[in-house]
Amino acid sequence: MKSWLPLIRPGDWLIMLASALAVGASFPIFWQGGLAERAIIRQEGRIFAEVDLKARKQYEVAGPLGTTLIAVEPGRARVVADPSPRQYCVKQGWLMRPGEIAICAPNRVSLQIAGRTRVYDSISY
Amino acid sequence: MTRSATEHGTGTDTEVMQLTVTEEDRRVAWLATAAVGLSLVDAAIPSPLPGVKPGLANIVTLIVLARYGWGTAVWVSALRVLAGSLLLGFFLAPGFFLSLTGTTLSLLTLGLARHLPKRWFGPVSLSILAAFAHIGGQLLLARAWLIPHDGVFLLTPVFAGAALVFGTINGLIAAKLMSEPALSETPHA
Repeated sequence: MKSWLPLIRPGDWLIMLASALAVGASFPIFWQGGLAERAIIRQEGRIFAEVDLKARKQYEVAGPLGTTLIAVEPGRARVVADPSPRQYCVKQGWLMRPGEIAICAPNRVSLQIAGRTRVYDSISY
Repeated sequence: MTRSATEHGTGTDTEVMQLTVTEEDRRVAWLATAAVGLSLVDAAIPSPLPGVKPGLANIVTLIVLARYGWGTAVWVSALRVLAGSLLLGFFLAPGFFLSLTGTTLSLLTLGLARHLPKRWFGPVSLSILAAFAHIGGQLLLARAWLIPHDGVFLLTPVFAGAALVFGTINGLIAAKLMSEPALSETPHA
């Protein structure tokens, strides 16, 4: 280990430090929207519940086909059970990042994750 | 050495074609071979994420740059990308263009960075800067061509982190090799 240290010149340390800082800073820049903070449950397009992703909770949302079961855990949420035939929203599993959404269209229920800032899933001009 | 295809058979005066292989050509070929070998080793190392690779061949590029200059480094890198992609079977596939773009950008960066004062900035600096240029070029090409969606940039911090780690390691190895006297070849620098 000792024989490797002299190979690093003073400027190299500077570059390494600056790079490490740049890499560290790139995380919040590229992973914007911050952490998953809230889950928004919608039913028929209207907000059914807005939950802080802090405690462990379960929600039963009634729809035209039956009951959609939603589980909330610290930092994540998922659709546990849904009467929709293709089970797309259930198969999506845990949603953890802001902007992620699971839509149980046949039962008209959706579960969306929100963070500090709003993230667009698409922008039209 | 001069290889000439002279008249044979009928004895008529045919055009004599000469292919001269210079000392420089041989050197480039040998160094490119070493770089291709390291590319193969690179490909054999399992990676947790596509695109995260040690880039061991860059050790050769760094040493060539220091000993023989930028022009030779460009030759060796170009041959490495070409031969490496042929051997690994991705010639003209997306991976080839990613590799080409990354290599081009890191060579341009090295072309600028080698003018940094040598007393302060060694192979480690060059290696880190080249690694960042490499991954930057690949990300931009991927965004522009392969995955036209900003979602590509979500992985930027991971790639940048890997570039820093592997850039530092490769730079250290290059510096170590350069600090030891050359065995098989006479130093030119």
